[in-house]
Order: sequence, then structure tokens, then C-alpha cells
Amino acid sequence: MGSTSAHGEGTTGAGLGRRDLIKRSAALGLVVVPSTGFLSACASGGSETTKGPDKAPVTKENPFGVAKGGKLDVVVFKGGYGDDYAKAWEAAFDKKWGTTSSHLGTQEITAKLQPRFNGGNPPDVVDDSGAQQIKLDVLFKGGQLADLTPVLDAPSLDDPSKKVRDMLIPGTVEQGMQGGKFVSVNYVYTVWGLWYSGKLFKEKGWTPPKTWDEFLAVCTQARDAGIGGLAHQGKFPYYINVAIMDLIAKKGGLDSMKAIDNLEPNAFEGNPVALEAVEAVYEVVEKNLLMPGTNGLTHTESQTAWNQYKAAFITSGSWLENEQLKQTPDDFDMQFLPMPVLGGSKLPFEAVRAGAGEPFIVPEKAANKAAGMEFIRSMLSREWSTLFAQQANSLTIVKDGVDPSVQLRPGTKSAVAALKAAGENTFNYRYPDWYSEMDTEIQNASNELMAKRIQPKEWIKRAQAAVNKATQDPNAKNNRRS
Amino acid sequence: MSHVAQGKGRNGFIAGFLLVPLALYLTFVIWPYVQTFGYSFTNWTGQSPTFDFVGLDNYALLLKDEVFRGALWHNLLLLVFVPVITILLALFFAFMVNAGGRGGAGGVAGVRGSAFYKIVYFFPQVLSLAILAVLFGAVYRSDQGGLLNGVLVKLGLVDPTEPVEWLNEPRLVLWCLLLVVVWHGVGFYLVLFSAAMQSVPKDIYEAALLDGAGRAQTFFKVTLPLLWDSVQTSAVYLGIAAMDMFVLVSTMTSGQFGGGPDHHSEVMATVLMRNFLYFGKSGYACAMGVVMLVLTMILSVVTLRATRRERIEF
Repeated sequence: MGSTSAHGEGTTGAGLGRRDLIKRSAALGLVVVPSTGFLSACASGGSETTKGPDKAPVTKENPFGVAKGGKLDVVVFKGGYGDDYAKAWEAAFDKKWGTTSSHLGTQEITAKLQPRFNGGNPPDVVDDSGAQQIKLDVLFKGGQLADLTPVLDAPSLDDPSKKVRDMLIPGTVEQGMQGGKFVSVNYVYTVWGLWYSGKLFKEKGWTPPKTWDEFLAVCTQARDAGIGGLAHQGKFPYYINVAIMDLIAKKGGLDSMKAIDNLEPNAFEGNPVALEAVEAVYEVVEKNLLMPGTNGLTHTESQTAWNQYKAAFITSGSWLENEQLKQTPDDFDMQFLPMPVLGGSKLPFEAVRAGAGEPFIVPEKAANKAAGMEFIRSMLSREWSTLFAQQANSLTIVKDGVDPSVQLRPGTKSAVAALKAAGENTFNYRYPDWYSEMDTEIQNASNELMAKRIQPKEWIKRAQAAVNKATQDPNAKNNRRS
Repeated sequence: MSHVAQGKGRNGFIAGFLLVPLALYLTFVIWPYVQTFGYSFTNWTGQSPTFDFVGLDNYALLLKDEVFRGALWHNLLLLVFVPVITILLALFFAFMVNAGGRGGAGGVAGVRGSAFYKIVYFFPQVLSLAILAVLFGAVYRSDQGGLLNGVLVKLGLVDPTEPVEWLNEPRLVLWCLLLVVVWHGVGFYLVLFSAAMQSVPKDIYEAALLDGAGRAQTFFKVTLPLLWDSVQTSAVYLGIAAMDMFVLVSTMTSGQFGGGPDHHSEVMATVLMRNFLYFGKSGYACAMGVVMLVLTMILSVVTLRATRRERIEF
């Protein structure tokens, strides 16, 4: 902006030298340019409310009163799962309800939707995911999320004698709670842990480790064979936190996990379990078992290096296989491994962090809220769940929700097997959804730990400080798990 | 038709042209500023049109925010080093390309192949910042696949099992970014200074040569004073780049909107964006925006005052 005004030099009037003008406009530019981009982002619109369409009478088949022939506005995150599944859903929805749906698949959820939320004209259904998602805690605090409890209590499309909530994998509803309300359907069922190449392990004669000592032994063997032991996506310390937090939950049991989510004053500090877990991960660093350079790599770079057999293990969630589809050699034989356990762990080796991801929401101010709710109800049917598995090669939170005819890839297959073996022993943290600032601060500490710039004790201190700070959050009193 | 009416018609004509840009400027530049001031006194989350007035709380918090203070310090460091290094290099190259040669019989010319150099130096300017980030991401990559690490390992200067994690080293990261900005900027200012140098009459140089001035003397006693206006303008432009830095920092370094490792490459813009979009503290972020605005205003006034000199007419 400032720089274009400098081009006005040709029309200089008398009394103002050409260079003076350039200088002045440049000075003005100095003021304007750096701030404009950010400041203008602050501009929010007024709060208009759009009038929704007439509602149809509520019946058992139409529990939300969707008016036939209305409009449906869907925005989905177009990431690892693509957006073909959503188009298939919209077609099915339009056919049933005679609606005209508009579709937007994008990575820039915040950029596209923030003005619409602020302007009071949000879409009817949003898949609020990806790196640029609008944080759910933020939306919730702003009163922008519709309560989806009625969807859970509505009759299921598969079996009208049952409620929708009874058709879902246990624990997945809890995942969508904010401040005691059910506001998001986390649709994709994900497991987190370590991943390895079945081919590499067979070739080298390694057995997948079950304890942390065995894990370190395999890493050492790998290092001696000229391969890195553990790779992680260093530029995004989210991933190494999978290892740290899994170890804490497995060693200390669900109580240790809940202590963190509930922001207990001894969540990290004074909790020997947490220190042991962090020290275990730090051992990997100290014994030089990391893939060289992995601390500075992006997720794509490190995962691709792992696909090229440059490391034995990598931390990730089960989207990994889809994400690396193109980079994975055909005979790679991607395998999932639950996080190996420390001695005396309360949870067995088979226990996995598993949970629902990819949150779908209905905005409170949606023009056609009824259709949005009905859309969510349809997603939680076996038919739509199968559509998703076909298009995105991933599991959903619908219990037994994939038709057996759908063929799964090796990584996903191994994840399903691990889930089966885990049975009731699944766990999942809530703090990343509840307290984004605390999550970020713990990630920063982990980044420092992996680079050997801080010691485990210092990590514990910093993590506890982040927890203590989060207790100031106005939602902290509602966000409790028991 | 009377003379007066004609004049009025022309003024109206001119005003008609100015009206639209002025309206656009008011709507898209001035009005957001005013709004930002307003929001900086609220606890707005950025995702909802409702918020409470909190007075000066945001500013009080800002004073205690170590991350923001660190970011401010980094901006100030960049503010000193980006213009100084870029302008010195650009001046040096421009001088060599235009008047540094000593080949011709008494004539003033650049070093051999100067036309070629001018084009090559300008190349980086053609690249967008996003491409630059990808390009230097590959240069600084933290394993052997990175250009720098690859070369250093081949030369035996770096152990392949312990490559330098350029952008993950607290002491290096800011300077690595500085290098990118300088690399990007030198070419443009070289061309700018070249143009200015070419408008300096050759006889001045010839007179200096006849008096036995060496390269250094010619540069400091003749070229630099005559180019002072251009240098001053460049300093202001580079100041803009140094106060911003958002694109490079947010794409090249770790953390939400960059700034990592552990806030060591944080600039004000990245802290602002993280608070605005990720932490849902948009009112607080607006207070940062206001601080940025005030600082840049002070800066531009100081720059123009400090570099004011008597003009040499030629």
C-alpha cells in the first residue's frame, strides 16, 4: 500500500520535490504496511441474524423439522481425507430432502469462516479441522456452537428403536464436550502411537518391542545398522508429545491423565510418573537414538525419511497412512505399535490412545440449523460411515460402521487390530482441545527437551507452569472429567 | 463560457477522481485502525460479535508479556541489521558495477561483466516470499538432505549423525532469517542505487579520478553523498520489511505461526497472529497491533529526522 503510493511521483505538484514525496510516502508506508494486514483482520461485522427457512413439523422421521426444498451450506476441511466423501453425502442428502446444498472444501477454515461467524451468517455444517481450524474452545466461548445433544437423543437411521448415541463407540461423545455441553461430533476414529515398517523389521530380524527397554534396544540396533532409531516431526512438537503423554498415561493409569486434563496442581510437578516418562523419552536423546536432524524436520520431511527406511520408528496418529500414500513404497508394510510401556505400568502394553478427531459442528446461528442437525444424524448412520471409509480409507466413530466389503490398507488394518486388542483399555487426553495455550507451551518445552537444551526436571517445571496458567481460563471450572 | 466556471469544472473533475480512492482508503485502512483501537480495550475472542469492555487490562498484560517483549527485541535487532547490511552490500555492489572498473582509458565504468551481474543480482527479487521460504527451507533443512548440511558433511566439517539444525538453534535462527531477507533485498537496492549513480554526471567522477582519488575515496567522498536521498528512502523501506517479517518467520520456523524454537525467532506479528487466531485472545492481539502502530510511527519520524542532511544539487 505504501509502496504503491510512492509511484504517484509523476503527478507531483509545485513546492514538493520529487524525492520529498517519495520519502514522505515511504514514511507513510512504514506506518501502514506492517500493521494493515493484521489490523484489518480485526474488523468484525455487526451482528445480523439471517432469518431461517420455515420449519416443517417435527415427526419421528424428521426429528428436527427439516423443511423440504431448503438450502444447505456445507464447509469441510479438505486435508488428508479429501472432500469427495462430503460431496457424496451432500448428494445423498439433497436426494432425500430435496435441498440444494452448496459445498466448499478448503484448507483455510479460519480465513474463510471467521468473517462469516463474526458477521452472523455461518454455514449450516462445518468440518472444523486442520492446521487452520478455528479452535473449538474459542468458538464455544463466543457462543457460536449449537448444542448437538438432540442429535444424540434422536432415533438412529439404522435402527429407529435406538438412539443415535447408542450406535457410537463409547467415549467418543465425551470427546465433543465443551464446558459440559456436546457441541462437536469428532467423526474420524484415530489411534496414536508408534509406526514401523513390517518389511524393515522382517529384514533385520527385529521384533516389535513391548517395553520401553526393548524399544531402546531396537533403536540401538537400528543405530548400529546405520539407521536412525526414532524419528519425530520436530518442527511440530505435537508429535513427540504423543510419546511423552502416552507414557505418562500408561505408567500412571487414567488418574495421571485426568490430573493433567483437570489441571491439578500436581499434574506434573511432584508426580514421579510424569518425571519417569519424560526421562524415558530423554534417554532416546541422550543415547543418540534419534534420527539425525529429525528435531528440525517438518512432518512431511521426517515421515518421508522414515518411508525411505532412515528410521525404525515414528510417532503419529492413524492418518499417517493416508497422508503418506504417495511416498510409501508398495512393499513397506506399514504397521501400528502401541506405545511400549515402562516397568510397573498400570495400563497394559495393548492400551492405546484412541479417540475421535475431525470435529464437525453446527453453528448456533446457522440459517438452516435443522438441516445441519439432520446432516449430522445422517453422518452417524452406517450408510454414510461406509461412504466415508470408501472415500477416505479411515474409520469413523460409528460402532461397526464399515461394511465388511470395504478393503483396508495394511496400516489401517493393523490399527483396527490394535484397537480390538486394546478392548476397553483406551485413553485420550482432552487438554489440547480445551486449553490451546497450555498445549502450545508444553510443546515448546518438548522441543527444547529433544534438542537437549533443557533437562527433564526443567520440562516438568515448565509443563506445570503451563497447567497452573490454564487454571485462569474461565472455562476451567466446567471442563472437568471424572 | 466564463473562466471561473471552467476552473470549477476542472476542480470537480479532479475531486471526482479523488473521491473513490479516498473512500476506499477510509473504509479499508483508516476504519480498521479505529476499530482496532476500540477492540484493544475489550476481551473480544475474534469468533463472536459479543465482548466486554476491559479498559486498559490488555495493555497492562502486554507490559508483562515476556514473549511479546522478546519479539519486540527481535524486531529491533532486525530493524538495525536488515537495513544496514542490505544497504551496505547493495551500495558496494552498485558501486563496483557502475564505477568500480578501472579498465577503460580514463573512462568511468563498472567491473567487467557488470551488465550481467546486474541482472543476476535482481533474480531473488522476482521470487515471492512464499517461494523464498520453501527454497531456504531446503537450504537450512536439518538433516543431510539440506543444502548447507549436505555441503558441510561432504567437506567433513559436520558429523553426519549430528547435523546443524539451523532453524532449531536458538542462537542461529534469527540470523538465518536475516540472511534470507538480505539475500532477497540486495538485488533490488543494487538496481535502485545503480539508477541513482547513473544520474550522477560522469565529469564529477572524472574530476575525482584526475585528482588521484582511489576507489574508496571516490565512494565515500563522491558517490555516497550524492546518493544520500536514495539511501534514506531505502532505509525506510527496509525498516518496513524488518518490522514485519511475518511471512518468513511463520513459514520457516517451528510453532503455531512460527517463532520457535521456544520463542527465539518470535517477532511482534507472529505473537499477534497466534494470540488473535489460535489462542482466541483477539482483543489482546489488537492491543499488540496498536503498540506496533505507535512504534512504527515513532520509528518513521525518527528515521526521517536522523537522516536529514543538506542536499547537494547537481
